[in-house]
Amino acid sequence: MKTFALFPGCSLEKIGQSYYQSALETAKRLGIELRELDDWNCCGATAYFHVDELLAYTLSARNLALAEKEALDVVAPCAACYKNMYFTRAYLKEDPDLAEHINFALQEDDLSFSGKSAVRHLLEVYTQDVTREDLQSAVQRPLEGLRVVPYYGCQIVRPRKNGEEVEQPRFFEDLLSAIGATPVDYPYKTRCCGGSLMITSRPAALSLTRDLLQLAQAREAAVIATACPLCQVNLECYQTQVNQEYGTTFAIPVMYFTQIMGLAFGVPGKQLGIGSELVSAGPVASFAQVGS
Amino acid sequence: MAPPVPGVEGQAPESRLLPGPQAGRPGVARPAVKGNRMTNRPTFSDEISNMLHAAHGNPITTCIQCGTCSATCPVANFMDQTPRRLIGMIRAGYKDEVLGCNTYWFCASCYHCTVRCPREIDIAGLMYALKRYSMWKNRFKEGLVGPVFSETFVKTILGSGRSYEPILAPSYMPSLGLRGFFQEAVTATGLMLKGRIPLLPPRIKRLEKFRKMVGKVIPGGAS
Repeated sequence: MKTFALFPGCSLEKIGQSYYQSALETAKRLGIELRELDDWNCCGATAYFHVDELLAYTLSARNLALAEKEALDVVAPCAACYKNMYFTRAYLKEDPDLAEHINFALQEDDLSFSGKSAVRHLLEVYTQDVTREDLQSAVQRPLEGLRVVPYYGCQIVRPRKNGEEVEQPRFFEDLLSAIGATPVDYPYKTRCCGGSLMITSRPAALSLTRDLLQLAQAREAAVIATACPLCQVNLECYQTQVNQEYGTTFAIPVMYFTQIMGLAFGVPGKQLGIGSELVSAGPVASFAQVGS
Repeated sequence: MAPPVPGVEGQAPESRLLPGPQAGRPGVARPAVKGNRMTNRPTFSDEISNMLHAAHGNPITTCIQCGTCSATCPVANFMDQTPRRLIGMIRAGYKDEVLGCNTYWFCASCYHCTVRCPREIDIAGLMYALKRYSMWKNRFKEGLVGPVFSETFVKTILGSGRSYEPILAPSYMPSLGLRGFFQEAVTATGLMLKGRIPLLPPRIKRLEKFRKMVGKVIPGGAS
């Protein structure tokens, strides 16, 4: 069994708790242990870097140091936490002076950073550390004919981390087809959902979200799969506001990819946090039932 | 108002101009761009260029004004100046105009411009640098939510080690207008009923040590 340190991040505690639940459920069925880091702190999100980079790195370095103490690689299901931790580790490894400065601060909590714990996103683990065969053999209710949008969003694929494909990634589609679903050809798959602009520049964010929903509808998607709590909230919780603003009638379920995997693995909807959404994911859940 | 120092200053970097599959990642630290020789004070363009070094990209003096960033940016329509124009303005010394525009506060940091820039300028990093610059200078376009929101967010994290949505609300709710305020209240109530908003702010356990740690990076930072 492969074990990772789990960094849930603030979103997964409440607003994205269905992501947390479904991550644990799916990991269990794929023979992966996700062990939550003890006493982790906020990664700094995007707002932190507006104010002070050094502090932002310190926040992520503390979490990385906690993972190093456990001698585990760390998995972040939130795309923004992943990006922040990934680059903090990279910059600190490249810049010994910066690392020394931050280690001086980490001493206060008896921690130190060396960079030995790698940073992974959960989607990456499920497509790189788990084989297609493993995925297929965990499937109990293949989602035959379920049209799913593989919505990557931004931070998983950008900025470029290791020479990977940033314009036309395919791994999300591969994951969806492995569990029997039909990945929708969706040209906006890496287009921005608006991120924190939903708070700071509402009209701009609503227009971005509208574009994404419109294309999903035009492509006859049954559900949008996300790998980021902020994308999920913007596309799902703000769907009603998009409808009010633009006179549209969208009712497109937006689910975490782990919830969709969980349905295919035969996990009861409740254990995947289904039922806590504002745009009902009921149709998708019953599709999984009937389709079996 | 005439811009103080027009044109392109500094020389083009040698080694990191050619895009490669791995390039654009931080590598060799480049020397700072030379200042205005007359007074030895850095120009506005120098200042921002130097901040961009901290953001791990090529300096904006290498920009060829191709406009890929503006064409890529999903929010360009909402910006007072497109990213390409903004870079041109910085290089031409239009400091007041740059500090008075909303462009960088409308950047959602999706990094699409960064990965597409043929000169490998970290444009999203530039937008962050401009946000920090304008916060240091305490000069923003009127009516922007971003600066207040960022500060509130940081204070929340420094206070408890975790973020907490309800504390952030007062920093942006008034900006939504009456109708938006109402819509937001409906959304928040819906989330609350589904148990998706915590009633009490979360806190990390070793908060005292956490605050001392922050204080060591920036003395007094956690007060």
